[in-house]
Amino acid sequence: MAQDTLDASVKATDPTAGKSKVELRNVSKSYGDEWEQERVIDRLNVEIKPGELTVIVGPSGCGKSTLVNLIAGFDFPDSGEILLDDKPVTGPARDRMVVFQETALIPWQTTYQNIVFGPKLRGDLRGKALQQEADRLLAKVGLSEFKHKYPLQLSGGMQRRAELARALINNPRIMIMDEPFRGLDAMSRGLMQEFFLRLFEENRRTNLFVTSEIDEAIFLADRIVVLSNRPAQVRTVIEVNLPRPRDYKMLSSPEAYAIKREAMGILHEEAMKSFKSGSGADFAEAYGKGGGGGH
Amino acid sequence: MSQNTAILTTRPNLTRPRGLAKVFYDVKKSLTTPTTYLVFAGIFLWLFTWWLLCEGLKVDRFDKLPGPITVAKEFFSVQPFQGISLFTDIYYEHIWVSCRRVAIAFGVATGIGVPLGLFMGWSKRFRDYSFPILETLRPIPILAWVPLAILMFPGFEAPVIFLATLASLFVTTLNTMLGVDSIDDAYFRAAGCLGSSNWDIFKNVVVPGALPFIFTGLQISIGVAWFSLVAAEMVSGDLGLGYLIVDAYVNSVTVPMVIGMITLGFVGWVTSVMVRMLGNWLMQWHVRALALQGR
Repeated sequence: MAQDTLDASVKATDPTAGKSKVELRNVSKSYGDEWEQERVIDRLNVEIKPGELTVIVGPSGCGKSTLVNLIAGFDFPDSGEILLDDKPVTGPARDRMVVFQETALIPWQTTYQNIVFGPKLRGDLRGKALQQEADRLLAKVGLSEFKHKYPLQLSGGMQRRAELARALINNPRIMIMDEPFRGLDAMSRGLMQEFFLRLFEENRRTNLFVTSEIDEAIFLADRIVVLSNRPAQVRTVIEVNLPRPRDYKMLSSPEAYAIKREAMGILHEEAMKSFKSGSGADFAEAYGKGGGGGH
Repeated sequence: MSQNTAILTTRPNLTRPRGLAKVFYDVKKSLTTPTTYLVFAGIFLWLFTWWLLCEGLKVDRFDKLPGPITVAKEFFSVQPFQGISLFTDIYYEHIWVSCRRVAIAFGVATGIGVPLGLFMGWSKRFRDYSFPILETLRPIPILAWVPLAILMFPGFEAPVIFLATLASLFVTTLNTMLGVDSIDDAYFRAAGCLGSSNWDIFKNVVVPGALPFIFTGLQISIGVAWFSLVAAEMVSGDLGLGYLIVDAYVNSVTVPMVIGMITLGFVGWVTSVMVRMLGNWLMQWHVRALALQGR
């Protein structure tokens, strides 16, 4: 047992953990059958730099979730390469933890059981060491009192925090967040963003965060990769140079505002294209000039 | 953190009632809701209608059936006129024989049906082999199997149990398979991320995830076991509640027929409740989630 705990603590303090990079080179992915194929991702090149929080934004339905599935290894690209620290991705593994859109906490396991699930199955962290680590993370995400509750007994925000803890205990090389705060009310969402940011700023684990909310992207990101309408290609990459640690007030600074205008312009253009390809009609024609003055 | 403590309120000076105190508490509580009164009103209304048809108004053709008073007199008589009452050993022998047959049939059907359904849901290949056969055999009414069952098995016992097993096996297998289908893909993905092997996923995701459907299936299946058992006992049998009913009919005594039917209803209800209680005990996560929704 002593040997186990020793091994575990060595793994937990692995200095390279969380400082990995992911590269997508000319990645394409289509779905469909022999007669009709739809290209979802088209020769996409993205680099997720070590220790950075890269946010991917794009119009809804542009292939963001497909991209997540490819990086996580749930699905494979038709062509191109996905490299994690220069090694191709071959399937899902604990080095790339995904926090899913809707909660994927296992409903028949308590919060605690969910958190220890991964290490327990792999057997790389056991006994006292596992218990301590789980309790530490539970305290960190503010769920110590809820460790024996089932996920369905938790509020939306608590579920997301439990999921963060479940990912973090595996000490992944990269965290992949697939619109993790979608479906939360505005207040919990704001709190979760701040909470998540604090977690990230603490150890700067390489992070890929997918969202369709531009404010969320600016608040969190080191770099924002704006994707085009389907098939997804990189429209632009915006560096966000707001200082860290960040707080919400920075969103009203002139820098943030400039970034927002730039990103909004592109996203609006792409959303229009998406509308056109979806309905076969031009937005302006369909709703009259000025009808799209939402921005 | 401090807002969490406010959500979970415990009162340390009040202990939860246990044992007999809990029974008293539950009874007292149940008298404050309309449910209890409505249940008794419903039973009374039903008995009254029965009495009115057979004994009160003596409606044509109903006057040949025994009314509730005739049945009750016979049922509680120490020396029953028509041979069956609470004080005759043969009454309990019929119940015991039928219960034993249902227990064996239900046990065998569950023992085969649940693993079969789990594998059919989990492995596409296994489903391809087995599902068409299941779907062809399933619609054949259980009574159509009677001649074959009598030819295949010796004596009274084996064919009757075979028929009840068969009927409940189909229900259990199909529901279990649908239960595996119903599990959200996100849980498989989450487990994949955490580094689970196939066997881990089967144990921790497939089996518990299918449990709600399995137990819905088992509740239906024990009902189906009862009704096919009785049908089988009516065709071929020496003892049992189904035999009691058909034997009474053949001998033109009507009261034991009704006693047999009421007993069947009651025993069937008890077995169904037992299955439900076992299910609730095994699926605390499900029960607690439903309780939170106020059900």
